[in-house]
Parts: sequence; structure tokens; C-alpha cells
Amino acid sequence: MWVFLFGDLTLFAVFFVLYLAYRAKERDLFLVAQQNLNPGAGFVNTLLLLTSSLFVVLAMRDIRRLRPRAATRMIAAAFLGGLGFVIVKFFEYRSELTHGFVPDINDFAACYYLLTGFHLFHLVLGMGVLVFLSTRARLPRLTARQLAVVEGGACFWHLVDLLWIILFPLLYLAK
Amino acid sequence: MLRQRFMLVWVALIAATCLSFWLGGGHRAPVREAAVSVAVLAVAFVKIRLVGLYFMELKNAPLVLRAIFEGYVVLVAGTVITLYLAA
Repeated sequence: MWVFLFGDLTLFAVFFVLYLAYRAKERDLFLVAQQNLNPGAGFVNTLLLLTSSLFVVLAMRDIRRLRPRAATRMIAAAFLGGLGFVIVKFFEYRSELTHGFVPDINDFAACYYLLTGFHLFHLVLGMGVLVFLSTRARLPRLTARQLAVVEGGACFWHLVDLLWIILFPLLYLAK
Repeated sequence: MLRQRFMLVWVALIAATCLSFWLGGGHRAPVREAAVSVAVLAVAFVKIRLVGLYFMELKNAPLVLRAIFEGYVVLVAGTVITLYLAA
């Protein structure tokens, strides 16, 4: 699992470098184009993912303490955090697209939609992982192997959070 | 409940996010802009280290895993901030 997680982290690190390389070539354009983004939406989504991650930490604690009902509730709360992110992102994309900020309008827009789109893909995968974790959390007791799989799934959700923590300031705040 | 370390970490993460949003919003003189942007990026890397160590539980993981993660944070933070300043 960690090989996959570190592989994903490395892939995103390459994306960050590519984004900054494009930015170096067209700094003025990037500064102007960045004004099409809504930092408030990015901020709310950061809070949602941080809180969602906290619920997954609490769920893992409940799973280890053999409290399946509490763990299931925590995972459901984490899932709602992810769903909230998707809803905010949907309205954010819709507003940007209707104002003409389309992916092929300039390199900043292309980078923005590629990076946030790829992150959103991870987030939706992560929501699927949370559904799987919920089925495991219902079991009265997990084997060591099952627990390791559940821990890996929880780490994937934290990875989704971690990547957004970098993407938000990189795309929305750093000028 | 706040005595639990991960709760304190969550509070710190939320506070750091609010600080970054407050710092990163609005327009400033170019010199100050660069300093604020570097600060906001640096705070993000401190935040991901906290997520890795306390949420992903790398603090209690085998040393090699933790070392790879810490190395990633330092390397990517250094590269991102250097490239940002070079532009």
C-alpha cells in the first residue's frame, strides 16, 4: 500500500514542478488568470477534507477498540465531508466554466483543471474506499490482515486530504 | 477530548488553514506578496507533515517509512519554494 501511496505522492510532486515551470514562463498571465478562481471555495473544501480526515482517525480508533457502530458512524461522517467537497467543487467548476474560464483558454486554466480534476478523481476513488471501510468496520472483529487493509484505505483518504493541502495554496493563494 | 493528540493536530491544521487564507487573500506590494506566498506554501508543507505523522500514523511507523515521508516533505517543499521564487 505504501508503495502505491508514495508513487502517487511522487506523481503529484512532478505535477507541482510542471505547474511551476509553466508559471515561470508566463508569470503575468498566471497572475491574471488566477483571479478567476474562488479562494473561498478552496478554503471551505480544505476545512471539509481536514475534518473528514479527523473522522477517519476517529473511525480507526473505534475499529481498534471494537466499537463497530461508532466506527461506522465516523466513516459516514467522513464520507459526507467528501461529498461536501464534490458539491462545492461542482458549483465552483460550473461558475468558472459559465464565466468563460474553460480549460483551453490558457496554460493556467489547463493546469488548474488537470490538477484539480486529477485530485477530484482521487477523491471519488477515496469515497469508494470509505464505503469499503464501512463494510469492514461493521464486522465485530477484524483479522490482522483485514485491519492492515483498513489502515491502508484510511491512509488513502488522508492522502487525498494531504494533496489538497498543497494544491489549495499553490493554485489559489501563492501569487 | 482535546487532550487527544490528533484533536490538537486537527485544531492546529484548521488554525493554519484560516491563517493561510487570511494571509493569502487580498493584494499587496510585490515584495511583500512574495514573502506572504512563500509563508503560505511553507505552512502547507508543515500541515502535510502533521497529516502524515499523526493522521497517517507515520510517527509510529517503521523508521524507513517515516524517513521516506520526511524526505519527501523536505524535498518537495524545497523544490516548490525554490521554483516559486525563481519565477
